[in-house]
Amino acid sequence: MVTKLMNWFDDRLPLTATIERHLTKYPAPINMNIWYLAGVLLVVVLVIQLASGIWLLMNYEPTAEGAFASIQYIMRDVKYGYIIRYMHTTGASAFFALIFLHMFRGMMYGSYQKPRELLWVLGWITYFLLCALGFTGYVLPWGQMSFWAAQVIMSLFGSIPYIGEDLLTWIRGDYLISGITLNRLFAFHVVLLPLALIAVVFVHILALHEVGSNNPDGVDVKKFKDADGVPLDTKPFFPYDVMHDLYAIGVFLIFFVAIMFFYPDGGGYVIEYVNYEAADNLKTPEHIVPSWYYTPYYAMLRAVTFPLFGLTAKFLGFVVMAAGIAIFVALPWLDRSPVKSIKYKGIYSKFFLALFVVSFLVLGYLGAVPSTPARTIAAQIFTVCYFAYFLLMPIYSKYETCKPVPDRVPLG
Amino acid sequence: MNNKSRILTFVVIVAASFGSLKVHSAAGAACGSFLSEDGLTKGECKEAYINAKDKASLQRGAQVYMNYCLGCHSLKYARYKKVSEDLEIPLSMFQENLIFGDQKMGDLIQVGMDPKEAKEWFGNAPPDLTLEAGLRGPDWIYTYLTSFYIDESRPLGVNNKVYENVGMPHVLIDMQGTPRSICKQILAYADNGGIKQDPLTGEQLTEEKCGFLQVDNGTGEMSPEQFDKAMLDLTNFLAYMTDPLKVERETIGTYVLLYLFIFTMLSYLLYREFKKDLH
Repeated sequence: MVTKLMNWFDDRLPLTATIERHLTKYPAPINMNIWYLAGVLLVVVLVIQLASGIWLLMNYEPTAEGAFASIQYIMRDVKYGYIIRYMHTTGASAFFALIFLHMFRGMMYGSYQKPRELLWVLGWITYFLLCALGFTGYVLPWGQMSFWAAQVIMSLFGSIPYIGEDLLTWIRGDYLISGITLNRLFAFHVVLLPLALIAVVFVHILALHEVGSNNPDGVDVKKFKDADGVPLDTKPFFPYDVMHDLYAIGVFLIFFVAIMFFYPDGGGYVIEYVNYEAADNLKTPEHIVPSWYYTPYYAMLRAVTFPLFGLTAKFLGFVVMAAGIAIFVALPWLDRSPVKSIKYKGIYSKFFLALFVVSFLVLGYLGAVPSTPARTIAAQIFTVCYFAYFLLMPIYSKYETCKPVPDRVPLG
Repeated sequence: MNNKSRILTFVVIVAASFGSLKVHSAAGAACGSFLSEDGLTKGECKEAYINAKDKASLQRGAQVYMNYCLGCHSLKYARYKKVSEDLEIPLSMFQENLIFGDQKMGDLIQVGMDPKEAKEWFGNAPPDLTLEAGLRGPDWIYTYLTSFYIDESRPLGVNNKVYENVGMPHVLIDMQGTPRSICKQILAYADNGGIKQDPLTGEQLTEEKCGFLQVDNGTGEMSPEQFDKAMLDLTNFLAYMTDPLKVERETIGTYVLLYLFIFTMLSYLLYREFKKDLH
């Protein structure tokens, strides 16, 4: 019966072939490690965000007058509404935590190198879309921090020379951040951006399954195949990886649920305390900070304190911040190393990768605290270190001695 | 690198990422020029005892709120009915004693005052307090409520140590009595943390410090201890207001976690069985 039904489908749609190619028979390298979990967990979080988002949408009111109250309506009067909302807020933070780990894995094991350049670029687009989703979503509750974060971020467009002020008015749809701005951010957050995200993630996975997964040793597993053409150093995705991932998802959800139910504010990082107050355009909060996942870039923005070439410091800061996010896309072409994985790269690559991690974390800290002159200098130094990892890569990755990469995945 | 050290690296990096973010975790603002009882710390809030399960405390807090605060401060995101259910106050009793005017049980808890007039009277419209405990933190609220003192230079005759020059009158002055900001002799501490002593007699030295709060004896309806407890109840009530479903949420959370522990354990065992084929 089932076979018959499958046959019926297969005659009209490549159903079995698709399932085999992307799930059951997808060859996954045997030496994948814990870092490879971030990808599958990102898919889990994407589903959580979509599902909880749809349910939030049923009770949210996208107007300046009603938005804040409708969130409280969801939190108090909608049955289990608070679970849906906390799922969405915790999911947003989890999304960024995981995508950072996912990107770092790629940087560590050279997963962006040939033939995975396009895969990396597609992944970078999802990161960019996620940043946009995070920002637009953050404005929707229309609390004080929503309003003022929107004010700060959008005003950056106003710093563009000549067209800035007009562009800013055009983007806001008003002379101030207002209900009109809220409406358009709402439309982006619930329609355009998620649609784009799903589409790009889909293509990202298609591209992954075309070129195959990289592995911690950066060995090309497709070199040696058995009689059936299956790479030797791989295992079928089902059941081995599926079972492994199921267990990993369980562990992840334990942490997720613990935050969601017992620590939903996340110490002011998942939901900021200032956002407990409704937006007020006459009252600026003492200390405006973006969500934790933007703080490294916020630190870069504030690090540029001097005008240059007739451009304002604010505009240059904006450029540096945007470049900090954009520069990831260039990695496949910056890396000149003959080997992929950091395991076989030379000492310079290891040093610069470590420097990058330290810079990212320190900038993250500096972006979250009020700035002082000493902190500004620190932010400037670490911004330079952050970019050094990328910009010096063509040099240090070329002129260093790498260890020889084995032909097959080393055992043990 | 073996598997163990790989997992360790992973954990260290994740922990470091979160650690680096743990910077301004204390909810809300510090407590202005509030002086601790021993006179050693300034601006640090007193710790409020919060217990969402202490229904008696919440009921007493609600009673104070509805009688003294609701005249000016709405709880406009909450409903009377929900409060009566959560606090286990019978509907009829709640309706008779805690709802004023012609408001219905299902209504949001609003005030009758016009915000424009309020702004004229106090300089600022009294804020809604539904989410105040989330915004400022319960410790701040508790310290604020117990930090009013007589200050004739202010239009309303009172000032507050936590929120300087606040426009709010001391509504609970009958309850508390007359609080004053006074000076006291306290032990003098050296820079190294030790108590300063007279080098000749060995006597401990004291110094005068100002800004302590003291209530004139016998002026209040309550003793200082009773008043303190009433303010803790009120703070507890406001903390409940911000997070009314805390108890329900944590109960559900416990069941979800239990389920996930079992799920994860079973899926681990399943994974272990499959893993055996691989080597």
